[in-house]
Amino acid sequence: MNHIAPGARAGIYHYDEIDRQFVAERVEQFRKQVDRRLSGELTEEEFKPIRLMNGLYLQLHAYMLRIAVPYGVMSATQLRKLSAIGRKYDRGYGHFTTRQNLQYNWIKLEDTPAILHELAEVDMHALQTSGNCVRNVTTDPFVGAARDEVVDGRVYAEILRQWTTMHPEFTYLPRKFKIAISGAESDRAAVRIHDVGLLARRNDKGEPGFSFYVGGGLGRSPFVGKLVREWVAQEDFVAYLEAILRVYNQYGRRDNIYKARIKILVHELGLEKFTQEVEEEFARLRGPKYRLDPEIVDGIRQHFAPPPFEELPDHSEALERARASNPAFANWLAVNVAEHKAPGYAIATISLKPAGGIPGDATCDQMDLVADLAERYSFGELRVTHVQNLVLAHVKKDELYDLWKQLDAAGLGSANAGLIGDIIACPGLDYCALANARSIPLAQAISARFADPVRQRTIGELGIKISGCINACGHHHVGAIGILGVDKKGTEYYQITVGGDPTLTTAIGDILGPAVTETEAVDAIEAIVDVYLANRSDESERFIDTLARVGHAPFKERIYAAD
Amino acid sequence: MSAKDRSKEGSMKAITANRLRDGEVVFLGEGGRWVESFAEAALFPRAEADDVLAPAKEKAEREQFAVDIYTFEVVEQDGVPVPATMRERIRTAGPTVRLDLGKQSLGKQAA
Repeated sequence: MNHIAPGARAGIYHYDEIDRQFVAERVEQFRKQVDRRLSGELTEEEFKPIRLMNGLYLQLHAYMLRIAVPYGVMSATQLRKLSAIGRKYDRGYGHFTTRQNLQYNWIKLEDTPAILHELAEVDMHALQTSGNCVRNVTTDPFVGAARDEVVDGRVYAEILRQWTTMHPEFTYLPRKFKIAISGAESDRAAVRIHDVGLLARRNDKGEPGFSFYVGGGLGRSPFVGKLVREWVAQEDFVAYLEAILRVYNQYGRRDNIYKARIKILVHELGLEKFTQEVEEEFARLRGPKYRLDPEIVDGIRQHFAPPPFEELPDHSEALERARASNPAFANWLAVNVAEHKAPGYAIATISLKPAGGIPGDATCDQMDLVADLAERYSFGELRVTHVQNLVLAHVKKDELYDLWKQLDAAGLGSANAGLIGDIIACPGLDYCALANARSIPLAQAISARFADPVRQRTIGELGIKISGCINACGHHHVGAIGILGVDKKGTEYYQITVGGDPTLTTAIGDILGPAVTETEAVDAIEAIVDVYLANRSDESERFIDTLARVGHAPFKERIYAAD
Repeated sequence: MSAKDRSKEGSMKAITANRLRDGEVVFLGEGGRWVESFAEAALFPRAEADDVLAPAKEKAEREQFAVDIYTFEVVEQDGVPVPATMRERIRTAGPTVRLDLGKQSLGKQAA
């Protein structure tokens, strides 16, 4: 068990006996269901929804098992268990996803109950990672550490985990349902591309509350979430969410899978009518049963109490000496390290995007190393980001150099967080049964082309996001440069979009022109970057700002001029 | 792909599935036996493939042996049969980005 001595580690939610009993019962239930499937008592048609409820998909080469990492936060012990499972039951690696989860690609159905049993030993599971339910709630990977944080999103994400688990009304929704929470000034959780996006704020009295954005989503029909209510007080948090889900359950399109997400409902009903329906339901629900008791909130908050930070000066001489002596470290520091709320500490992003590498993949050796480093430098806790990286959130500035040296030696020292090499890519046709084209080879080629760290910093903030099909698991719609793989008569082509933005100024990218081949795509990306560098007003003007100022024409002209 | 190859595109089909207990990609071989290597897969004239598929599918499902059973196009390249689509080429070999994984790592891919 990952029972963590209070006060010695960073905040991880500790399962109570009810949680443990529930997870253990689900494992045993699934074990029997697998037995019944293998013996023929259950047909595939009967079994498929059951295995999906336990995170088990059938992909191109084998079964894929998606493990929940609630709001992307886990302990070193849990990561070691993920590594151990990867070695024992998979092929020595795992893939971190845009829902802050982890996937194994080579799982056997007959092994799955044993895997779930081992996961339960460290309070982990694969529940709500698939199916038409409320999926793993995501939040800011810098939660509890960011200097610009106003409200701790983990507390409310955990409340939602408890509220939605086994909730009878949320188990058979019209379609899957994704929620993200951000409690900081900067949106690092892409809240407005979620079915429900929550911005946690504080009012004049310092009380927490939430802005509810509803109907965001990517996929075949991308929409930016719309503001349904500016302020929902903490006590009404679950009541308002339940009201939204009830309206969705009642009116969501169960007749057409392509129109079943809440974004279509909001679009078809219109914001005014949808909001009216939610408000009426909320008025009916509001009352003692649905009022979020402050004592419950405080109880959960206790789990996420700050770790025992030392009182340190914010300035670190050791850090400055290392910065001055090692340019590669200085670059990593400038790119991958963010300000912490506690003086003398910093937030370190571990890039899983080495030049030419597979975005989001980590070997079991790397996972073990990160677990060790989390123990040594970050109170035994780490986070998975929605851009497929890892984060050690509480590192002493004095120890950043030691940390980086060990990361770098293991191929985890890439300095590209938020830069052009920090590419989101879905598994694509190399693994996924739904994909039309490969994503990973293109990500590898682009990151190799822009491998030079100096060039990457010169280019600055520029997110590339690649999806291998219109389901948009690679978030291509909100990439500053987005790439969608398509199949044209058996040949892979790539459609390029520009101007997407996953932050609070959320925007869906525009298609730049006809799709190009894989080889042409890498050159096209470089051409787009060249046009940007030639047109930006100064080094501080980001790609999307230059694009907004000069329009698409110069980019189109460069790429398609020869056509 | 040469013009000669293109002229043969779609002329043959193979039958594939995922093995139920472990998800392994399998192919229907000679004599109705399921094999792991595409090189051992039986090839059927396009017009006959669906007739072979139906009883093979019924039997594999009845015996809880395989799921997701379907036919796919096979073409000749340099005299060697290969799956016509990238999707099926990847299934018969393994991920193009991890040559150390899948059938390609075991010598079980297309010949």
